[in-house]
Amino acid sequence: MEKRFVYADNAATTRVSERALSAALPYFTEQYGNASSIYMLGQNAAKAILKARKQVADAIGAKTNEVYFTSGGSESDNWAIKGVAEVGEKKGKKHIITTAFEHHAVLHTCQYLEKHGFEVTYLPVSDKGLVTAEQVRDAIREDTCLVTIMFANNEIGTIQPIGEIGKVCREKGVIFHTDAVQAVGNVPIDVKELNIDMLSLSGHKIHAPKGVGALYIRAGISIPNLIFGGAQERSKRAGTENVPSIVALGEAITAATEDIPGKIEKVTKMRNRLIDEILKIKETRLNGDREQRLCGNVNISIRGIEGESLLLSLDLMGICASSGSACTSGSLDPSHVLLAIGLPHEIAHGSLRLSISDETTDEDIDYIIECVPKVVDKLRAMSPLWDRICRDEGITGGNLY
Amino acid sequence: MIYSEKVMDHFANPRNVGTIENADGVGEVGNAKCGDIMKMYIKVDNGTISDVKFQTFGCGAAVATSSMATELIKGKSIDEALKLTNKAVVEALDGLPPAKLHCSVLAEEAMKAAISDYYRKQGVDPEPIVGKVAGCSDCEGCH
Repeated sequence: MEKRFVYADNAATTRVSERALSAALPYFTEQYGNASSIYMLGQNAAKAILKARKQVADAIGAKTNEVYFTSGGSESDNWAIKGVAEVGEKKGKKHIITTAFEHHAVLHTCQYLEKHGFEVTYLPVSDKGLVTAEQVRDAIREDTCLVTIMFANNEIGTIQPIGEIGKVCREKGVIFHTDAVQAVGNVPIDVKELNIDMLSLSGHKIHAPKGVGALYIRAGISIPNLIFGGAQERSKRAGTENVPSIVALGEAITAATEDIPGKIEKVTKMRNRLIDEILKIKETRLNGDREQRLCGNVNISIRGIEGESLLLSLDLMGICASSGSACTSGSLDPSHVLLAIGLPHEIAHGSLRLSISDETTDEDIDYIIECVPKVVDKLRAMSPLWDRICRDEGITGGNLY
Repeated sequence: MIYSEKVMDHFANPRNVGTIENADGVGEVGNAKCGDIMKMYIKVDNGTISDVKFQTFGCGAAVATSSMATELIKGKSIDEALKLTNKAVVEALDGLPPAKLHCSVLAEEAMKAAISDYYRKQGVDPEPIVGKVAGCSDCEGCH
């Protein structure tokens, strides 16, 4: 077997596309003006930002003046949640609804607000990794100022019923924010149709560079600044614009949303092949609903082995993947997402996330399918836990099938 | 978090992996909830550890520290083996990331658990010689 390099961690970050890079390059060394400057060089940068803003707006069904560029998903989440909370507080509304398996940019912001007198409801998620609009409806109170629920989960890829949740929030007059960092480019999004009031997105998940993102804020909603200073972003987000990255984000989001159904069809086929083949290994399970799932996400728990060992072994074979194992995160608890869907610690430790993209090839999938069983066999062969599982549960035969 | 080349070498090519049938001592420490279990098997001839094997469920550092610990005690007398500290294992691996130091503690404990088991099989109370083997409950890395 010839060794390949296979990047299967697109939920962590993506390769910058040639299209995004070539659009951005002139803004480093040629059109390097400050967009706030009056001369042509500066105005060229301003025009480029305007174009990118329209590209982002068009990609999500927003108006140009509803899009604010930020440094990425985390900043967008922080700004949206803290901003709405501050407005809510003035009206005596100090209750926020979110879910137990949000990204830490949302969870830790909510926890911060709890320390400052807010009450946060963390909706439990089902064993399939889904929440329902009914749960949201039941949790909304008189003093609820914000519902923030991710569009698609970053670890298990489950797509939430955002349109239904949006409808409930709109009826109840509660602002609805969604972290759509994983969903943009993988799910068709129209913020008006889905009744989304605020939406966070990130560049580096869709083949733009790291360090750029955007927050959509529906016209009519006003939140205070997170970052004060100059008059950039209509005075709502200070700091000289990161012009090359903003330009790249514009191109990347246009590319990512040009043919979403086509991408879904192509990538889903590869993803399903991966899932079906890896699940042939005994004592494995797919985490997250199989249908309501991002087209590129595979998340499988493999009993008897530990996630970091699995990743290091795959890396030695040229495969980049990730895990919900505690050991990869520096903390000692396994992923809060896998615990939220009810996995016991010992199973959550042995999880593997493969996130493919439209740049993934069938040959890449073949290679992963060839390598994963080899690694599982090797690690189970040396695992005292696997020995015990086999003994206690009467599992016979080899380590694999 | 970056592993040294030695850690990666011992992870990719672990020494002394496996089990020993009719081992003179077997020790197991850690638990699945924490994500680390180490099991060590020793064969003892005339007070010397003539053979040692291990099985580990755990992260890269867990595998590498088990592998290194077995290398360091193989062919040594029990007295010498008992002088092996987790620090020596870490040094032999050219260091470990701080979050992974507990793995080296586990390797030392697994070795001590195996030696304790050996003494118990000989009808000797291991505690005065080996001391208390903490296993995982005292491992500060755990919950």
